[in-house]
Amino acid sequence: MAESLGTTGLILNEPLLWEKGKKGRSAFSLPRRDVESTPLDEELTGDGPDFPDLSEIDVVRHYTRLSQWNFCVDAGMYPLGSCTMKYNPKINEKYAALKGFAGAHPMLPPALSQGTLRLMFEMERLLAEITGMDAVTLQPAAGAQGELAGMLLIHAYQQSKDMDRSKIIVPDTAHGTNPASAALCGYRPVPVKSNQNGILSLEAVYEVMDEDTAGIMITNPNTLGLFEENIKAITELVHSKGGQVYCDGANMNAIMGMVHMGQTGIDVLHLNLHKTFSAPHGGGGPGSGPVCVRRHLEPFLPVPRIIEENGNFTFSEDFSDSIGKLHAFYGNFGVIIKAYSYIRAMGPQGLKKASQLAVLNANYVMEQLKGVFHLPYEKPCMHECVFSDKFQRAGKVTTLDMAKRLMDFGFHPPTIYFPLIVDGAIMIEPTETESREEIDLFIEACKTVADEAEKDPDLIRNSPQKCKVKRMDETAAARRPCLAG
Amino acid sequence: MRYLPHTDEDIASMLRVVGADTLDDLFSTIPDDCRRPRDLDIPSALTEWELNDLMDALSNSVAAPPEYKLFLGAGRYDHFIPASLTHLLGRSEFVTPYTPYQPEMSQGTLQAIYEYQTLAARLLGMETSNASLYDGASALAEALLMAIRITRRKKVAVSSLIHPYYRRVVQTYLEPTGLKMVELPYLENGRTDLSRLDRIDDLAAVAVQSPNFFGCIEDLAAVGEKSREKDCLFVSSFTEPLAYGLLKNPGSQGADIACGEGQSLGIPKWFGGPGLGMFASKMKYVRSIPGRLVGKSTDKDGKNGFVLTLATREQHIRREKATSNICTNNSLCALAAAMYMASLGGTGIRELAKLNHDKSEYLKQALEEAGFKITFKSPTFNEFVVESPPNFETTYERLLEKKIVAGLPLTPYYPELTGKYLMCVTETKTKEEMDELVEELRN
Repeated sequence: MAESLGTTGLILNEPLLWEKGKKGRSAFSLPRRDVESTPLDEELTGDGPDFPDLSEIDVVRHYTRLSQWNFCVDAGMYPLGSCTMKYNPKINEKYAALKGFAGAHPMLPPALSQGTLRLMFEMERLLAEITGMDAVTLQPAAGAQGELAGMLLIHAYQQSKDMDRSKIIVPDTAHGTNPASAALCGYRPVPVKSNQNGILSLEAVYEVMDEDTAGIMITNPNTLGLFEENIKAITELVHSKGGQVYCDGANMNAIMGMVHMGQTGIDVLHLNLHKTFSAPHGGGGPGSGPVCVRRHLEPFLPVPRIIEENGNFTFSEDFSDSIGKLHAFYGNFGVIIKAYSYIRAMGPQGLKKASQLAVLNANYVMEQLKGVFHLPYEKPCMHECVFSDKFQRAGKVTTLDMAKRLMDFGFHPPTIYFPLIVDGAIMIEPTETESREEIDLFIEACKTVADEAEKDPDLIRNSPQKCKVKRMDETAAARRPCLAG
Repeated sequence: MRYLPHTDEDIASMLRVVGADTLDDLFSTIPDDCRRPRDLDIPSALTEWELNDLMDALSNSVAAPPEYKLFLGAGRYDHFIPASLTHLLGRSEFVTPYTPYQPEMSQGTLQAIYEYQTLAARLLGMETSNASLYDGASALAEALLMAIRITRRKKVAVSSLIHPYYRRVVQTYLEPTGLKMVELPYLENGRTDLSRLDRIDDLAAVAVQSPNFFGCIEDLAAVGEKSREKDCLFVSSFTEPLAYGLLKNPGSQGADIACGEGQSLGIPKWFGGPGLGMFASKMKYVRSIPGRLVGKSTDKDGKNGFVLTLATREQHIRREKATSNICTNNSLCALAAAMYMASLGGTGIRELAKLNHDKSEYLKQALEEAGFKITFKSPTFNEFVVESPPNFETTYERLLEKKIVAGLPLTPYYPELTGKYLMCVTETKTKEEMDELVEELRN
């Protein structure tokens, strides 16, 4: 193998914030005091928080050093399955910081907020077209809140039809957040197994779908990276029993410009702007989880809705069937800007190409690693492929060990141990923004790791070797939680 | 397309490896009736330079500071953000990773969030804080759901002086499962009327906001006492955490959960989102907390480090019995808040909070002297309610033309408060600007 991408260099130790600083330092240019001090009732005043006093250079060095302990998309390939860690275009950051956007106050009269309203209105239309759905809300703050919104919409719709149902079907190939989102809405998740080809069969849904079941939460493409080929028949079946179909669209990156989600028969779909539409993941958010619906669910969408009147945009609360509000204001506008910019920069051909290349990259990885790792479902995949550690387990090397070893080669590990239906799962999503050369290096690293698993298992079990810390003890952390200093 | 690295040659050779002739062939598993009949009907791709013009035009049509003087808060506050913070927060190493599932290559985010949890807990006077939630509204909803889980009761009492939008979000979260929210009325002095609690039993929690929506500082100690009497949890909500640089914090007043919006701590207004859902509680409830938690641990050589912890509460392990469904939170916003609190320091946050209070008092007094009535007599932090003279709407409009936003009309939120305005003064307003506002109002 050519020289590994992963190497070691000088990083610096850095203590905790409060172990630094000296009383009287400041990193903040306090505004001039141009008014007298007015006393406040002593009953109400406290001592103020015990924060360290730091100078600007203290703060800058602190966070610069910390940042250098992180791996990120801008540094290298981050094939975390299900998370779509694609490149985050830099121009989008500039737009989100524009004074008119960053400084926009949500309580201003609409006449003074036309630019923000227009952008959101247009974004709704763009997402409706991309998904093939009829109406969109941008309010949910992330995917899981989008799922909750979807459940609430189905609940409200069925209540309006005097249907009171207690269960919801959740296949074993659905996203991990689905059952918790359903439970928040009072539904009891009913598990259903995918078939030997990794997709849902009509028969399996038929077995569990009854008049007490509100519907199904289906992830398509699913968490095995496979398109649910029976989707249309399944939606027809669920509808025939009065149910609704919720589609988790977190994997939309595989099918833009290719699949018409509305036509698959689903009723509600959420998107993750921080996955499919290139907004950065921020070390765990903020995200944005718009929800797209078919016409019959539109009256139930969260308020306020943005409406257009003679070329002017305004908010309307005039939707009496609405599920209400989900966000303090209108959603994560700062994230929506970035996704809007991405869609406008890509255009229809660009989006389609992105999906095609995401699928090409995933199939390429699958083809090259077939035989290196065990591939439980051998068929063309969409945007991600799922392997397992079955071949390596004999030598007592696990998915976790191999994931940690991949770090030494300069790659973020894939998603591991998910989906649960694959024992020791290794879920790889390269995304379209990785070049062939980069992917070849990744494949090479995976092959080396598999080879080492056979020849030098201890090396793997003692990895990572090149990170700031060795393997962390997560069990001890949970046993005696220390969450603040 | 500059974001896509593949050359035609790359595509051709990769297709050969996977055994497909064309890119379309890769989609052979998709049934015909699920396919798009025609191409996406969205505008064609723009160059970076065309996009610049488009985004400039959109953003320029929004009234924003410094061109506009906003005497407007109501859950979103105009505060200065140091350039050093914006610079540090823009570092790719913070912006472009995801949730630190792999601690060995995420120690930067993990230590930074551990520090955020610590600073947030100290600010709020609580024992522990999570890594963030979406915003103040969902944080309040999650806090009430947590209290419901802990007490196994199905009813919560919520002050009518909690941000009206937050109460609506709580309603959305509670309604489908038949949980009940009772609203507590407010008193003439602008504080919550706690006497109503005497007539309500079986409460899971009492929630108030301080400073409340009218800007008034609530008597949190009294709420704490009352909630102990009712044997329920005391949830202390907030929209302006900077206040705790000056005021007694919720923890010291007996709050079981302190939750709210952290936008004031170094996050732009962004038309309302993203912000920062802050969530802190007593340590005894730690296993019921929603959201991610970062904890201290050691590596196999005994070296200190940090990991995501107590994952058994979370949705991907506990499925439908999880303490919440949240996965992606608002990590980068929590980092901004940590940087902001670190930049201010203990000394700085005190002075900045005082400055907000004093400037707000200055305007309050100036308005009173000019003949305006201050509606509520309770002490305030950086917001207060003022009564307008008749026909004030035209003055308000005239001021808008002068790029001054003279507060928020309260009628849509409290119909009984016709003609009353919620004013906000932060450190960003100078004495001259306040004098100008009063002068204009007098005319």
